[in-house]
Amino acid sequence: MRLLTHNFLASNMKGVSTGYPLGLEVVKSTIKEVELNADFLRGILPKLDWRALAAATSAAGYPDLLPAEQPSEAEFFAEGAAEFEDSPIRRLHRALLEIHIDEGTLVCPESGRTFPIQKGVPNMILHEDEVRA
Amino acid sequence: MSAGDSAAVSAVEGKLAEVSTNSDLKSLPKRGKAASGRTLNTAQIQLVARHPEVYEPCDDSFALVDALLSDKAQLLALQPSLCLEVGCGSGYVVTSLAIMLRQLGSGTHYLATDINQHAVETTQATLEAHGIHADVIATDIVSGLEKRLAGMVDVVVVNPPYVPTPEEEIGIKGIASSWAGGLNGRQVIDRILPAVRELLSERGCMYMIALEDNDPLGICHLMNEKGYASRVLLKRCTEEESLYVLKFWQDPTAGSSASPSAKSPGSESSWISQLPFRSFWQKNNSSS
Repeated sequence: MRLLTHNFLASNMKGVSTGYPLGLEVVKSTIKEVELNADFLRGILPKLDWRALAAATSAAGYPDLLPAEQPSEAEFFAEGAAEFEDSPIRRLHRALLEIHIDEGTLVCPESGRTFPIQKGVPNMILHEDEVRA
Repeated sequence: MSAGDSAAVSAVEGKLAEVSTNSDLKSLPKRGKAASGRTLNTAQIQLVARHPEVYEPCDDSFALVDALLSDKAQLLALQPSLCLEVGCGSGYVVTSLAIMLRQLGSGTHYLATDINQHAVETTQATLEAHGIHADVIATDIVSGLEKRLAGMVDVVVVNPPYVPTPEEEIGIKGIASSWAGGLNGRQVIDRILPAVRELLSERGCMYMIALEDNDPLGICHLMNEKGYASRVLLKRCTEEESLYVLKFWQDPTAGSSASPSAKSPGSESSWISQLPFRSFWQKNNSSS
């Protein structure tokens, strides 16, 4: 699971109101490099919860990768920014699409219910008594 | 992303012989004929991972992929940024979707869900064998995604458990979850439809398989009441079943206020004119 998907997951237990963002405990993560696509990042940026992403990036072992506050669009998409290893867009690309959580746990911020991540797959399946009616 | 994916796929193609002879891990391909015609635009059947508790690609999976292929121009024009398969099973469909859209320069994030733990692992293996990446989530339908992804998903594909079964067969773990559909095969479908409607973006569309027994016209009718136009992309009769691939998309002119029969029959979005199964229409019409 990549952190982009973590950004889209919430706890869906009975009695939980927002259940977001899910805490992340990482046992094993890997980096798999993929080509940067600025158009994709531009489209996905407004859909992100930046704080959740920054916290997850930190939890995955990269506390300095993203700033706590979201950079402006101009900073992200400045001409030629993608060429620089250290540019905001490169960092965003790495955080969203290159860090894979292989083993770990997602934690519901309200109930403390944990959801295991095994072999890269988060398990969000609830027990019968946890499902909303 | 697309360039990387295609490079990886051709690398995989180069190793095809080696992989398919490795019968310890994967049973030998049973559908050589299908595979030969499906190498360029879809997942390769020889590379689809298998598990005794996971539904193998079958007539319905091929029908869904063929329907997606027939609608490829529309899919490409949509430039979807988020695509989701509900109930990914072997991973054949989501992998095929990613392969047919890999030429898109705009980039696409793929998500796939299944309630069967073996299916999520099998899907991952199938994706990996094709050099495609999707994030796979073990969950019931879209549970856990409905809050953050509301109104954000551009393409949803579903091959639901549609086989009419006794109600108690729903909820059985393992491969039964891939087909047990309860009364009229509609019990899981009727949970999937509202969940997917919540996720679809304004321009988003959903592709779903239904069986004649599921009352496809009834499904279209129900979606129409919720503001969705529909179209039968493909109808295929096999020895055992009549399969339909339905496509749904938001249509401002659809909805409970407009009587479906009042729509212009020639209109592109007119759902009723697209339905070839007149007997269903009559049955439905007379009962309403």
